[in-house]
Amino acid sequence: MAIARVAEPSGSLQEVREWGLDREDLLQIYRNMLITRGVEERGHILYRQGKIPGSFYTGRGNEASSVGVAMAMGADDVGTPLHRDMGVHITRGVEPWRIFAQYMGRADGPTHGRDGNVHMADSRLGLLAMVSHLPAMLPVAVGCALAFRIREEQRVAVAWYGEGASARGDTHEGMNFAGVRRLPVVFICDNNQWAYSTPTHLEYAVEHLADRANAYGFDGVVVDGTDVLAVYREAKRAIDKARGGGGPTLIECQTLRMEGHAVHDDAFYVPKELFERWAERDPIERFRTWLRSNADLSDDEEEQIGAYVKKLLNDALQKAEESPQPDPATLLDGVYATPEDLDTPHHK
Amino acid sequence: MSEKTYLQAISDGLRTEMRRDNRVFVLGEDVGVYGGAFKVTLGFQEEFGSWRVIDTPLSETAIVAGATGAAMMGLRPVAEMQFADFVSCAWDHLVTVAAKQRWRAGTPVPIVLRLPSGGGFSGGPFHSQNPESSFAHIPGLKCVCPATPEDAKGLMISAIEDPNPVLFFEHKHLYRRIKGEVPDERYTTPIGKARIHAEGDDVTVITWGAMVYTAEEAAKMVDASVEIVDLRTVMPWDKQAVLDSVRKTSKVLVLHEDTRTGGFGGEIAATIAEEAFEDLDAPVKRVTAPDSPVPFSPVLEKAFIPQPDGVAKALKELISY
Repeated sequence: MAIARVAEPSGSLQEVREWGLDREDLLQIYRNMLITRGVEERGHILYRQGKIPGSFYTGRGNEASSVGVAMAMGADDVGTPLHRDMGVHITRGVEPWRIFAQYMGRADGPTHGRDGNVHMADSRLGLLAMVSHLPAMLPVAVGCALAFRIREEQRVAVAWYGEGASARGDTHEGMNFAGVRRLPVVFICDNNQWAYSTPTHLEYAVEHLADRANAYGFDGVVVDGTDVLAVYREAKRAIDKARGGGGPTLIECQTLRMEGHAVHDDAFYVPKELFERWAERDPIERFRTWLRSNADLSDDEEEQIGAYVKKLLNDALQKAEESPQPDPATLLDGVYATPEDLDTPHHK
Repeated sequence: MSEKTYLQAISDGLRTEMRRDNRVFVLGEDVGVYGGAFKVTLGFQEEFGSWRVIDTPLSETAIVAGATGAAMMGLRPVAEMQFADFVSCAWDHLVTVAAKQRWRAGTPVPIVLRLPSGGGFSGGPFHSQNPESSFAHIPGLKCVCPATPEDAKGLMISAIEDPNPVLFFEHKHLYRRIKGEVPDERYTTPIGKARIHAEGDDVTVITWGAMVYTAEEAAKMVDASVEIVDLRTVMPWDKQAVLDSVRKTSKVLVLHEDTRTGGFGGEIAATIAEEAFEDLDAPVKRVTAPDSPVPFSPVLEKAFIPQPDGVAKALKELISY
């Protein structure tokens, strides 16, 4: 029996305005979703050209979920996005050329070639870089929320994890601690139905992962992760609640991972019909249709946005390719921090 | 100056920093109302309140990860593992997140993790270990192992000041047994600087933590002038002080309470072999715990932890070499 609330689909323009989004915000969301997908599509090409060492991961199908949540965050909030959450980096303002530089292991990527793919974050934009061990960053986000609570700041931490990572103990310890102390943290579960090749029924036995929130003493919500406005609304509610001292919320965004786990994986184990069914709910196409019927998105505007995104990505690719390789002589720099390194916006 | 136990000196250092810097806070199991399993934070919650002395659920992962997140947001957490042994539950957050975050992503993680370590009182396999070597092997972490009350206070303050994750190994067998004069004012003891516990000319013992006192006992049993070098911090370690002493005495014994294979003594011995081979008059000797878990029975534990007579025997072998 389901315990979590199942969120309504997105509504009319009028309703959306009541949640605090004006038309420019809506176009911004659309642009960010296009940039998100565009970055990953270009990344794929770079990979096939042999310009990306190691492997390559995308979040195709998760654009609404990642952009929708990030749009609901405040400027001083922090988050720990994962490898399906490129939209968070884009929405927080990470420049695409730096992401391409990161993909290629160049000196100008956020990790300067020290880590690859989406293992990156710009802490000045309130993001903390993920590690491969999922969901290790979830209890770290709880620690950020603990700091906000100790200092009585009106800030919120957002922690992402997937349905695969829901099976690990870090999830439990982080959520339990957050529940006990009613910390200002929002948990976002990107439930894309496949943890590598493992389907949901081999990861958990409850109806919805959001049902588990009840066991930690806070609310759970299930939302259609292809509906960017519904995701935004639920994230906004949860973030506002956390900011107001109401404690955590767990939001389960239901999506489908539209590609393999990584570029080497053709996802043969995912039934074709499932891909076909979810392709009809493509988050970007869905939102474009909504904008056309609810917000008078015109052909001209679409063309303009498309051209803007294309130029942004073309320029970004060129700039990233000009970025130098990291200097091996710098390998040991920063293994240990110096007191000057603490001169960051967060460490003050 | 006043006379303090090793345990009181740790409390003193922590309290000094909490009074001086409101970013410093404590979290761990039973650290608040109860004052910690060993009472290091007794009275802290009354003084600093329940949001600066935080009783957590039984969740080592959440404690270390929580400290990591709070540190990245500008606080200076001092997290306690009830016993150093339990840090295995938080390995991932120390090694995967905290140790690499500065190097990889530019975000320093200034946390202190207090680790009551060591045996000698039948704590058994899960309440007696000395896991410093495991963490000294991880680039990005620092490991300090004070032996005296004065160093315990000074290193605690240095650890809190340090912009890196610092593992503070406090030896349980020293808590109430070892007393010494401790300055009342605030001071720091540098991380990475050894201390000459006893000067000598004939043979050097390189050690740290509770084994400093075992070496001292052993030195009384031999007819030679023994220099005891207390490393004080294992990562970074004071290579220069070690090499200086080796060059002075030409005979070296490396002594630690941790097990032998892969223990930090191997690193020290290898460094001496690489950099001071010509100065040696005898092969470097190691006295360590054997490669077994820590036993419970007092008889077995005595056979496990290096004892003064065993160290004295090794010293005699070195002296007569």
